[in-house]
Amino acid sequence: MSQTTSLVKSSIGQKLLMALTGLFLCTFLLEHLIGNLLLFINDGGVIYDAYGEFLSGNIVIRTVEIGLFLGFLAHIAYGTTLWLRNKRKRPTPYEQNNPSANSTLASRIAFVSGSIVFIFLVIHLKTFFTPLRFDATHPSAYRLVTDAFQSPWYVGFYLFALFLLGYHLRHGFQSAFQTLGWLQSRYKKLIMFFGFIFWFIIPLGYAIIPIYFLWSHMTGGY
Amino acid sequence: MSSSMKITLKVWRQAEKNARGRLMTYSVPDVSPDMSFLEMLDMVNNTLVRKGEDAIAFDHDCREGICGTCSLYINGRAHGPLKGVATCQLHMRSFSDGDTIVVEPWRASPFPVIKDLVVDRSSFDRIMQAGGYVSVRTGGVPDANAIPIPKAVADEAFDAAACIGCGACVAACKNSSAMLFVSAKVSQLALLPQGNAERRQRAERMVAQMDAEGFGSCSNTYACEAECPKEISVSNIARLNREFIRAKVL
Amino acid sequence: MKLNSKIPGGPIEKKWDDHRFHLKLINPANKRKYTVVVVGTGLAGASAAASLAELGYNVITLCYHESPRRAHSIAAQGGINAPKNYTNDGDSVYRLFYDTVKGGDYRAREANVYRLAQVSGSIIDQCVAQGVPFAREYGGLLDNRSFGGAQVSRTFYARGQTGQQLLLGAYSAMVRQMDAGKVKLFARREMLDLVVVDGKARGVVCRNLVNGSIESYVGDAVILATGGYGNVFYLSTNAMMCNGSATWRAHKKGALFGNPCFTQIHPTCIPVSSGHQSKLTLMSESLRNDGRIWVPKAKDDKRQATDIPESDRDYYLERLYPSFGNLVPRDVASRRAKEMCDKGLGVGPTKLAVYLDFADTIKRNGKEYIEEKYGNLFDMYQQITGENAYVSPMRIYPAVHYTMGGLWVDYNLESTIPGMFVLGEANFSDHGANRLGASALMQGLADGYFIIPYTIGDYLASNKFTPVDTSHAAFQDAEKGLSAMTKKLMGINGKRTVDDFHKALGKVMWDDVGMARDAKSLKNAIKEIPRIREEFWKDVRIPGSDGNFNQELEKAHRVADFLELGELMARDALHRKESCGGHFRQEYQTADGEALRDDKKFSYVAAWEFKGVDKTPALHKEPLKFEYVKPAQRSYK
Repeated sequence: MSQTTSLVKSSIGQKLLMALTGLFLCTFLLEHLIGNLLLFINDGGVIYDAYGEFLSGNIVIRTVEIGLFLGFLAHIAYGTTLWLRNKRKRPTPYEQNNPSANSTLASRIAFVSGSIVFIFLVIHLKTFFTPLRFDATHPSAYRLVTDAFQSPWYVGFYLFALFLLGYHLRHGFQSAFQTLGWLQSRYKKLIMFFGFIFWFIIPLGYAIIPIYFLWSHMTGGY
Repeated sequence: MSSSMKITLKVWRQAEKNARGRLMTYSVPDVSPDMSFLEMLDMVNNTLVRKGEDAIAFDHDCREGICGTCSLYINGRAHGPLKGVATCQLHMRSFSDGDTIVVEPWRASPFPVIKDLVVDRSSFDRIMQAGGYVSVRTGGVPDANAIPIPKAVADEAFDAAACIGCGACVAACKNSSAMLFVSAKVSQLALLPQGNAERRQRAERMVAQMDAEGFGSCSNTYACEAECPKEISVSNIARLNREFIRAKVL
Repeated sequence: MKLNSKIPGGPIEKKWDDHRFHLKLINPANKRKYTVVVVGTGLAGASAAASLAELGYNVITLCYHESPRRAHSIAAQGGINAPKNYTNDGDSVYRLFYDTVKGGDYRAREANVYRLAQVSGSIIDQCVAQGVPFAREYGGLLDNRSFGGAQVSRTFYARGQTGQQLLLGAYSAMVRQMDAGKVKLFARREMLDLVVVDGKARGVVCRNLVNGSIESYVGDAVILATGGYGNVFYLSTNAMMCNGSATWRAHKKGALFGNPCFTQIHPTCIPVSSGHQSKLTLMSESLRNDGRIWVPKAKDDKRQATDIPESDRDYYLERLYPSFGNLVPRDVASRRAKEMCDKGLGVGPTKLAVYLDFADTIKRNGKEYIEEKYGNLFDMYQQITGENAYVSPMRIYPAVHYTMGGLWVDYNLESTIPGMFVLGEANFSDHGANRLGASALMQGLADGYFIIPYTIGDYLASNKFTPVDTSHAAFQDAEKGLSAMTKKLMGINGKRTVDDFHKALGKVMWDDVGMARDAKSLKNAIKEIPRIREEFWKDVRIPGSDGNFNQELEKAHRVADFLELGELMARDALHRKESCGGHFRQEYQTADGEALRDDKKFSYVAAWEFKGVDKTPALHKEPLKFEYVKPAQRSYK
């Protein structure tokens, strides 16, 4: 067995894949948020639409998109496999268990929070990505956003999913660095600081968008 | 201070490895707060034997918190409610009159139950066999002071070496992962110059054995550190990850 | 029987080297044709198993624990001595030798002790090479401290967990050989008989503690490294499973038992709190470096310790021993504490304790100083007693800690049964009548790493071994005997638990064969113990079956042996009409109440031969010659 194969097959190797794909997806979160901040330019969506056209027409972006897709797939597939396998390691459960005494909820429910984020992702892609990419008659990107965020139910679900995303990252971000072996006292503060940006600031940034558009819709005017 | 307490015990009874187990309830009057938890079990056992019932089997030996034999999951926590304390050092004054206490064995598929509260932890020995040592022969070693080791490094190595191999980390982990145990030994020997020559094979082989024994993988909940009676730090797990990745990639 | 100690001739510093040269060797290629059975995996057993396997012998090793790493060597706190003289304070092999012979109150063999001091430096080198994290100074070199009243700093330590770190070192050497396939480990097996074929030890019979089956293990030689028998007192600092069964059953097969009455009582233990107490916890005697021991001057002083003014306190050790003060040897400190309590001056709810007070040191050096040096001990004290020793003084009382006696062995560590070697606390050899602090770890590892690998080779090379397997009549008989004994125990079905009998025995041992004995108390013990033994065999109740995991049955086998061993201890103590080290006969003391030896009559090792239960054992004597350290009255004034 080659070193790479044995690495990928080992428990630490699989965790490493989770960490690397997770961090890769985090870079996307940052990039996507910056792009979406264009929504707040008060021009009726002209620049935002141009940005959308640029993304779907650019060959580089299309290539990165495939990488992104594979990143999601690997993170989800490995996450699910590990979760299933770890569950089998304790065939007889404890009659009485008190895990909240020794660990945070965020760390214990990473699979659940991740799964709900995944459902959100599918809906999100269906709302925005599929029409933009595959429907020639799609309305403008800006229009898609304003339309989608008129529904309080939709916005509510959106906010819930973003909350879980933050919760997922609250554990996941520092956990990735622990898996990489870098969560030592020397770097710990820095990692925790970036972690805060990723689990709190970024999801908050995303959350402002639906709130802003729903509020605008309800008060009548963009 | 030594007023007597009444305790209700719910204890996991299982006749042997493949038998079905269940919680049995015992009412224990006259518990002194000065008794250790295991002395309370001794008392229950003597009562059971006098009544003609089988005694509750539980692992214990030094009763000083150092041998790592005792291994009870008490009220949903490995080694009970106190931080940095093994079951044998837990005293009944940590409980109140009228309490119900649930006592279970460590539960993890690599730790099969032998009887009642006793489990088989020989998987830990097999992991240690896979490189938890420095290959030196008796004799033929340099003078003890030939290699100076900075005090801070020696102290850090000691912190890792303090592991008593009780398995509380596995018992507390939702994935039954043995990473804290393995990382403590890998860290101790990776920090010291004596362990340097074999650090690569050590990390690779010990992790491979850990996986082969059927322990789960670490998902960084840090429950192990919180329940470890010797308060071994999860920074050792980070170091093991680094050692392992370095061995495989570089 | 004539005891031949096989002490080599020549000057003491040359004896071991000369002897090693004359020991026969086995060709490296032939070593793999021999199998050695090692019972016990503490410091002595694990180091022996590893070292023999490295040489090429096949090693079968047995332990009653689930893992070799649980052996009770792990609980040693203080440290390990070696005369490295790293501190430039005048230490030498000869000084360690001298201190150990004197500390043992002139009842140890000079040649053995000298060899121990000689090899002890190599032990430190070996452990450091294994990665044992000894305490270090800021320059990166090893730190030493003074310990147990020694006037030089020769003790190497790893915080308060030296035994743990050394044991894990020996364990790592052993698992390395398990990995190499040279050591085969059988855990959760308790040796319950020795098998002798044609006059040579050829194996052991065990009970598999998981499924109850009787198993035999065959070899060309047998090593017992099964520790001490302090649990005969029921309450001791030993671990719960520590027992004397392996050595006792070998004794019943013909091995002589040396100095069984030499027991060490350690002065700084946490006192008994109630009748439910299962064991006693030792706190490192290093506490005596900074704590002052006292009792109230008046009986029944009901005041809190902190409310008792200086004028009403008796710092009795400082009063009696102005130069050593609180640092007198263990036996002296223990006995004085008992005397104070016997006079009714004891403190605490049971009145069986004295104060160990840190208030002066805290006032002088601050709480942080104490915290850094002894923090873990103060935490442990609080854990067990619920009291904060930073605020009010600790209460301490002596407890049984170590047994200097054990199976008699010659200079090669071979017992009177050819081919059976005994290492560590299980043998009687190096500590005489009293063991000094930090020398138990030293002896266990010296025996295992640096002595047995040479001497066992000589035995194997000098003898012819007929092939034997477990079908041999001697093995079959031993298996049947053990099976019958187990069945008999299970069949009694009486009314009292094993613990009841063990406690009853412990009380007799403590009251009559404990820290201070006299002819009357010992005669009482010799009368009482057989009575308890008889009741045990009539009225003990063991639940469950013998065909599976049964801890009550395990205990019953051990207590059955203690009930015979305890009687021998009393007989030995009765016959030794002198006081020496840990053996204190009330009748034999100086005007100041110190141990009064009788070197003319008792300068010998008492080696007892088993003649049958309820029969008087036969005494054999190995005279002790002191050519280098001349016996003198120990004085710590």
